Amino acid sequence: MTSSAELFPPTKKPAESVSGVTVRLAGDSGDGMQLLGTQLTNTSALSGNDVATFPDFPAEIRAPRGTRAGVSGFQVQFSAEEIFTPGDGVDTLVCMNPAALITNIGDLRRGGILIVNSDGFGAKDLKLAKLDSNPLEDGTIEGFRTIKVPMTTMTRGAVEPTGLSVKFADRCKNFFAMGLVFWLYGRDVEPTLRFIENKFSGKPDIAEANRLALMAGWNYGETTENFASTFLVPAADLEQGVYKNVMGNQALAWGLIAAAELSGKELFLGSYPITPASDILHELSKHKNFGVRTFQAEDEIAAVCSAVGAALGGSMAITTSSGPGIALKGEGIGLGLILELPFLIIDVQRGGPSTGLPTKTEQSDLLMVMHGRNGDSPLPVIAAQSPADCFNVAIEAWKIATKYMTPVFILSDGYIANGSEPWKIPDVDALEKIEINHPGPRAEDDPPFMPYSRDENLARPWALPGTPGLMHRVGGLEKQDGTGNVSYDPDNHQYMVETRAKKVELVAESIGDAEVFGKSRGTLVLSWGGTYGACRTAVKTALADGVEVGHVHLRWINPFPANLENLLGQYDNVLIPELNTGQLRLLIKDKFLTNAIGLNKIKGKPFHVSEIVGKIKELSNG
Amino acid sequence: MSTELPVLSAKDFASDQDVRWCPGCGDYSILAQMKNVLASMGKKQEETVFISGIGCSSRFPYYMNTYGLHSIHGRAPAFATGLKSTRPELDVWVITGDGDALSIGGNHFIHLIRRNVDLNIILFNNSIYGLTKGQYSPTSKVGTKTKSTPMGSIDQPLNPLSVAIAAEASFVARSVDSNVKHLRTTLQRASEHRGTSFVEVYQNCNIFNDGVWDYAKAKATKDESTVELEHGKPLIYAKGNKGIRLNGFAPETVDLDGKIAQDDLLFHDEKLESPQLAYLLSRMRHPEFPEPIGVFRAVDRPTYDSQINAQVDFAREKNSRGDLKTLFNSGDTWTV
Ligand SMILES: Cc1ncc(C[n+]2csc(CCOP(=O)(O)OP(=O)(O)O)c2C)c(N)n1
Ligand code: SF4
Ligand SMILES: [Mg+2]
Repeated sequence: MTSSAELFPPTKKPAESVSGVTVRLAGDSGDGMQLLGTQLTNTSALSGNDVATFPDFPAEIRAPRGTRAGVSGFQVQFSAEEIFTPGDGVDTLVCMNPAALITNIGDLRRGGILIVNSDGFGAKDLKLAKLDSNPLEDGTIEGFRTIKVPMTTMTRGAVEPTGLSVKFADRCKNFFAMGLVFWLYGRDVEPTLRFIENKFSGKPDIAEANRLALMAGWNYGETTENFASTFLVPAADLEQGVYKNVMGNQALAWGLIAAAELSGKELFLGSYPITPASDILHELSKHKNFGVRTFQAEDEIAAVCSAVGAALGGSMAITTSSGPGIALKGEGIGLGLILELPFLIIDVQRGGPSTGLPTKTEQSDLLMVMHGRNGDSPLPVIAAQSPADCFNVAIEAWKIATKYMTPVFILSDGYIANGSEPWKIPDVDALEKIEINHPGPRAEDDPPFMPYSRDENLARPWALPGTPGLMHRVGGLEKQDGTGNVSYDPDNHQYMVETRAKKVELVAESIGDAEVFGKSRGTLVLSWGGTYGACRTAVKTALADGVEVGHVHLRWINPFPANLENLLGQYDNVLIPELNTGQLRLLIKDKFLTNAIGLNKIKGKPFHVSEIVGKIKELSNG
Repeated sequence: MSTELPVLSAKDFASDQDVRWCPGCGDYSILAQMKNVLASMGKKQEETVFISGIGCSSRFPYYMNTYGLHSIHGRAPAFATGLKSTRPELDVWVITGDGDALSIGGNHFIHLIRRNVDLNIILFNNSIYGLTKGQYSPTSKVGTKTKSTPMGSIDQPLNPLSVAIAAEASFVARSVDSNVKHLRTTLQRASEHRGTSFVEVYQNCNIFNDGVWDYAKAKATKDESTVELEHGKPLIYAKGNKGIRLNGFAPETVDLDGKIAQDDLLFHDEKLESPQLAYLLSRMRHPEFPEPIGVFRAVDRPTYDSQINAQVDFAREKNSRGDLKTLFNSGDTWTV
């Protein structure tokens, strides 16, 4: 067999070294752009770059071909430096059709490279994209370095030897585009060749066709005069270790499995499918050999209730959903809260209200998870800050749930769930065990069992059915502290409501202080959840420009870190960027009477770093 | 420790809580028979769990000296599914009312039954919302006058047994609160069945719907208006004077005055794979027909809890027990 280096010879053209690039791949949802993006991300990560990705799916599963609604995009930034976002401005944009071009060109930076499949710009394609004129000819692409490549024709030519029909040949276009992009950035094709081998192991002709298309794209780059040079992105200076590229939902699922193992529990998931949370259900259901039981319930109410049932039985119970499903779970969560049983509720947020924007990201469920239940019903809330952080969040949440005997909310969002970044694989033996104690059996002459007695953390005993002598009844009615018997006593009710709230406040003792990045004076950027990357990059940028600015990122939102109030007092301004109308701002103002300023974007899209930098500078000059 | 197992009496299954149902409520009888059945079957307190929704009937778990969960309105089936899927060795009972199971919990009710989770559902049917003080329920007959239907209810009621059968129930039975012997036998049969056992109990709410089931309870009428089902036996009632015969696809009542041979009567077969007979029996309603009581259907079908656990066992055999190091290092990795 010929080696891949012979088939994909390194370029003889000059290579320009750059510190990082942002590439966006856009095409019809049937064009395989997500696959192309994943492959580019993988090979970049394997070559040692730091990477961050942002897939942008159309709302419809199969929107009509060639229409704007059917455009599927994938953005990846790969860099020689530590990065926190998939990038603001796009350096290279690949467009497979006019709909993709017209919906994405606005994000390509001036002078950026635009690679288009010129075969995809016929009269019919323009009509499908609702365009009166051809954007390749009407001035739309002025100011960009446009490279028109007849990808369809060239792919058909390349795969001809396999004898595949035109229909199948055309499906290899994305591999042609991949070959060209890989060549442009000197990426290693080996992982993709392995992928093709595995993916099409039963279909050798299709595997061969994709290899030929990949090669044709690569060779096109080398021979065309449109490209005078290539780019080189050296490896990043990451902490030593073994890495793996992970998506948020996958990291969350793995963190949950790890938490179960560390606590000697078996995991039960009650869930009902919903975008963008379903992949947690899919991932967990693959790992039954860890003792994972997944239950696809009839609705979200049954999902949360089944989790409470499993928690009652002593499992590590979880329920996952997105906003609309969390709204349905409210009553069940309230029962879990008054039962004081440990389990995790995961909300992978999407655009709302109502069905809203299912495939787009937003941070607008914060107030719902804080307050969206009847009665005074506070719960601890932790939010993941990045795809890899989902792993840690799962473990931390389970620690708190079991230490304080309470349900815990985990917030993620569509951007984190589907985005990916390198994850330093932890040393499994060094992961801290999670200790859980269940009370043992009692004899008849022992003092009576008190299901609502409390330890120093106000946690009650987690007594499991099956244990002799601990029989007890629990329910949603208010109960007497200690005995757990139904109680309508006014003073007891006040005591119980306050005790449940105090328990959540006590969690602050276990979560550590908030840390300041940057300056401790001037402007403070206060963020939570998936905006971490954009905020951190913005603060870095502003600091480099000499602005006095600091960054505090909250992972725990309920309770707040104990030192937060002091930190807030050190700054002239507090800026809270959020992908909502100001929900954290409301909580901060309420708790600390701080005059925080909002930067609020509700477009279904993450922040651009530049938007935050702009606001920081406006404030610090003001 | 002594090796001799203590023999529990019905009293041992009573909790220390005062029972708070209205004096004369049919729930008392069901509670008493449940304690009797558990004791006579040698069940253990610590291995028994009662899970209920909300309603008068759903207070039941508080009165049992077992594990218990008084959950939220209509959702008991979901809590029970989560518990039984993870702790299949426990003996789980769902206690529910006609509003709890068929209104707010209708969805969970049918899904629990179709999954055939190995537990028992006891539906206390008083054809009224007791706890909320007397509104009509999904089993109230058309024209029922209550606080919320002063001019009479206008919606078609549900037949709980027909619903359960349509939901692929593997065990369906009916009994009557005051018929203690029959109730005891029926509860025991439900407990013995592997899979979801559904039992409808005609329960009198003497405060808000007194007498709804009188035809099936009163000494004077019950022999004429109920027919006790026995597997393999013909449907005979009214002290042997009447029987049920099939006329085409429809049942009819016949007098057993010597002209009709027993062999021509409808014979009960609870083990039929097809649910048609059970469904037909569930449609026999008073006053056109005597209402069947007893076990309508008892067939064998894989249970959800055994299968969810079998998949875990199988995965462990096939892929070996999960190991975090192997998981984390699967797929493409790189070293810095
Ligand atoms: C979410 C919710 N909605 C409404 C209620 C009020 N509620 C309590 S019990 C009940 C009806 C109970 O009727 P049934 O299930 O027949 O039980 P019974 O009291 O007759 O035994 C209602 C409507 C509630 N507790 N929770
Ligand atoms: S209201 Fe009716 S059902 Fe409820 S306890 Fe009283 S008699 Fe029983
Ligand atoms: Mg009722």
